[in-house]
Amino acid sequence: MQNNLFSHQNMKKITKSKGFSSFTAALLAIALGLVFGFIVMIIARPSNSIQGFSKVLFGGFSRIGDVFYFATPILMCGLSVGFAFKMGLFNIGASGQYTMGMFFALYVGFMWDLPDNIHWIVCVIAGLIGGLLWGLIPGIFKAIWNVNEVITSIMFNYIGMYLVDMWIQGNGTMYISSKTRTAYLPASAQMPSLGVRNSSVNISIFIAIAIAILLYVILEKTVFGYELKATGFNKFASKYAGMNDKRNTILTMAIAGALSGLGGAFAILAPSTIAGSSMTYEPISVIAPAGFNGIAVALLGSSHPIGIIFSAVFISHIQRGGTLTALYGYKPEIIDIVIAVIIYFSAFSLLMNTALGNFVKSHRRKRGQNTDGQESDFIEEKNNPIMETTRGENNSEILENTGSHVEVEHKIDEIVNHSEEA
Amino acid sequence: MENYIIEMLHITKEFPGIIANDDITLQLRKGEIHALLGENGAVKSTLMSVLFGLYQAEKGEIRKNGKVVRINNPNDANSLGIGMVHQHFKLVEIFTVLENIMLGVEPNKMGFLQKKIAREKVINLSKKYGLHVDPDAIIEKISVGMQQRVEILKMLYRENEILIFDEPTAVLTPQEIDELMEIMRGFAKEGKSILFITHKLNEIMSVADRCTVLRKGKCIGTVEIKDTTKEELSRMMVGRDISFSVDKKESSPGEVVLSLKNVSVASKTSKKNAVNDISFDVRAGEIVCLAGIDGNGQTELVSALTGLEKLNKGQITLCGTDISKASIRKRSKIGMSHIPEDRHKFGLVLDYSLEENMVLQRYWQPQFQKNGFIKKQEVRKYAEKLIHQYDVRSGQGPITITRSMSGGNQQKAIIAREIDKEHKLLVAVQPTRGLDVGAIEFIHKQLVASRDAGEAVLLVSLELDEVMDVSDRILVMYEGEIVGELDPKKTTVEELGLYMSGAKRDNVKENRYAE
Repeated sequence: MQNNLFSHQNMKKITKSKGFSSFTAALLAIALGLVFGFIVMIIARPSNSIQGFSKVLFGGFSRIGDVFYFATPILMCGLSVGFAFKMGLFNIGASGQYTMGMFFALYVGFMWDLPDNIHWIVCVIAGLIGGLLWGLIPGIFKAIWNVNEVITSIMFNYIGMYLVDMWIQGNGTMYISSKTRTAYLPASAQMPSLGVRNSSVNISIFIAIAIAILLYVILEKTVFGYELKATGFNKFASKYAGMNDKRNTILTMAIAGALSGLGGAFAILAPSTIAGSSMTYEPISVIAPAGFNGIAVALLGSSHPIGIIFSAVFISHIQRGGTLTALYGYKPEIIDIVIAVIIYFSAFSLLMNTALGNFVKSHRRKRGQNTDGQESDFIEEKNNPIMETTRGENNSEILENTGSHVEVEHKIDEIVNHSEEA
Repeated sequence: MENYIIEMLHITKEFPGIIANDDITLQLRKGEIHALLGENGAVKSTLMSVLFGLYQAEKGEIRKNGKVVRINNPNDANSLGIGMVHQHFKLVEIFTVLENIMLGVEPNKMGFLQKKIAREKVINLSKKYGLHVDPDAIIEKISVGMQQRVEILKMLYRENEILIFDEPTAVLTPQEIDELMEIMRGFAKEGKSILFITHKLNEIMSVADRCTVLRKGKCIGTVEIKDTTKEELSRMMVGRDISFSVDKKESSPGEVVLSLKNVSVASKTSKKNAVNDISFDVRAGEIVCLAGIDGNGQTELVSALTGLEKLNKGQITLCGTDISKASIRKRSKIGMSHIPEDRHKFGLVLDYSLEENMVLQRYWQPQFQKNGFIKKQEVRKYAEKLIHQYDVRSGQGPITITRSMSGGNQQKAIIAREIDKEHKLLVAVQPTRGLDVGAIEFIHKQLVASRDAGEAVLLVSLELDEVMDVSDRILVMYEGEIVGELDPKKTTVEELGLYMSGAKRDNVKENRYAE
């Protein structure tokens, strides 16, 4: 309102506010999830809980190659979900796209005979196309007939999974029926290994990170990213501004599908640690969990491409560590519970930030120490959940009724109050 | 020492980047109508939110009858006898009038509602104060004016003695405004105390006893209305002299820019067309105003005109091109600028920064992008230019998140964007709604300047003063049809009111065909 407000202090606040807040929120969620996981482990098997929990935390470091290998597909699925989410689309079909991408990659790997250096690249591209198709169709349904993409893409998870299982089982070259799995891929179709001992880690992790950075650039620097985010924030305003939301919806879903498809290709085209073998796929009518892990990864990374890199590696890290808890008699499901809890907390961690801010604020007031700068920092954090909470379905009501940011703030108070009551 | 029923002393409330209230003192006497006047910004709403317990002030205290009280939430406010009619009503649309009034304080016996008791009380109250309502009518089916009466009855039902009216006249017709003023006077006579928030100086002059003026978060002063004038009030509020009449030359209409022929638009709520067979032209260099009471098809007509909705029938021509089926982008390219009615829903991406919103209509132009990449430097430069030129105030300049800005400044940003964009036709829908006199004067000047630059302006307005002052030609809409074409110089507000309420109509359509 006044000129002196264009000061350094204010500039600092913005650079801090949004990204910083979601970062602390993610950390808070992780901490709470781990504490809860520890409690679960104590209940399950009190005597070994300390050793078991330290495996969860640090076990991954002894298998760093595997951590990155398993991080790659969930990173790709996380990018897929996060990217669509920026436009306000919930791509729950990452699993189907992942499976489809995997099949396309496998098909090219087995059926096409190509020179060594090119073969795996063509396989990867085939995976991209497979996923793209499987994302494109729900996108078209959404854009043209306004069919909810959540429903379509869930159905496409099943259609994709059963189709792939059927195709693989019907193909004599790819499928070994006695072992109920696919055959070993030819070496030319496998991605170059990074040479870490006892691990399948390969160059795909670098490709995945490069893609994440590319997505960041697209979102932040390009016209397409500008339109995409505008549509995600406020589809009425984007329509008003003449953006082609049909085209953008289809394009976004196709890109999201392609990202998941790449995830599938990266997972299956990895070199195996034993010479002559490779990763295999078992057509056992189960929807690939990578897609759902991708949702978790995207959520924990606040749908930010760079954040998703870290959240994918983190989730992979505790998953690897979790498998080692079997040494102390823990079932691998325990680690799934811990991950689930982390995701659960990350979903309302922004709200927890608010509650924390309010708590500190009221504490301060009681002690009568109102230093201006500090105080407004907390309000700023309190401001953040606005963006998260009003972006969803209920924003129309708020947007219609607000005269100023003040009323939005009321809304936040209400939301916080509700959650406290609950 | 004087007896005040409510005192807010030295209230200070801050938000990031903005001091919303800076040491404000407001004292309300028993039985007076006290107007609260201020520029746009969070100032008044924040102050009232503090009084209503939605916010806690960082400094200052609230006293009732001289005793310090703490108001932590609206329930506290209610138990102190403070009631509020919000600018946007807080009613349950599918409930009846009676159900809404007793909501939260339902008389009951072992958990069973005692509607009879409530009904009697409501009927008595409505008779006593002349607030006629049908207790069994469903809220969504009654008029806005009636809904407001329900809000007022809600306060009375709770036996509040301090009544806050937050811009109550914004949604009313002239006749309804007169009635409301009468009702407010009645309350004051009864000994109730009223805080009346408004931008409209005429209303303050006619009904208020005293007026507290706020500017930029500070309290400028409290004056007795009988000792002051409209000019003085506006000077206090804006800090400079304001001209109330719009200064403009005779219009010199040129060629036809926009032409509508037999346009019909379907209604979303009923089977009848919201807009029924409308035809009119807007020429270069003239301001045509679509006047009418809210809900008579103006919104639908503008939606069809700007491409947000499809039209049922008819033809729209802009600069000689048929745009009846054209995309929004194409309309924009041909030369349409649109200041939308709902600035939050359509006009802005609230989570975008101010600079990103400033290029919302132009980001795709070569000036702002190269090979699909946004030229951030250019965007920043352009935004800074507009911010300076149109005096858009915000906490952090171009990088302010638009959501955190005040309503008036958000509107200024939209107006800057739409006027600065190259255009032949400016469609301005209620561009001054909820703005203070300073901002209104500015926007009116911009509209006239647009006209003088040879652009066509289609203004949709519910404000009679605006309709009379700004326009060169008035078209009155009633129930989806144009019922009169008036010359603002030759008509009166009263005549306009008759057309707007449907009491009078010309056969404009027939006349046009006869031409």
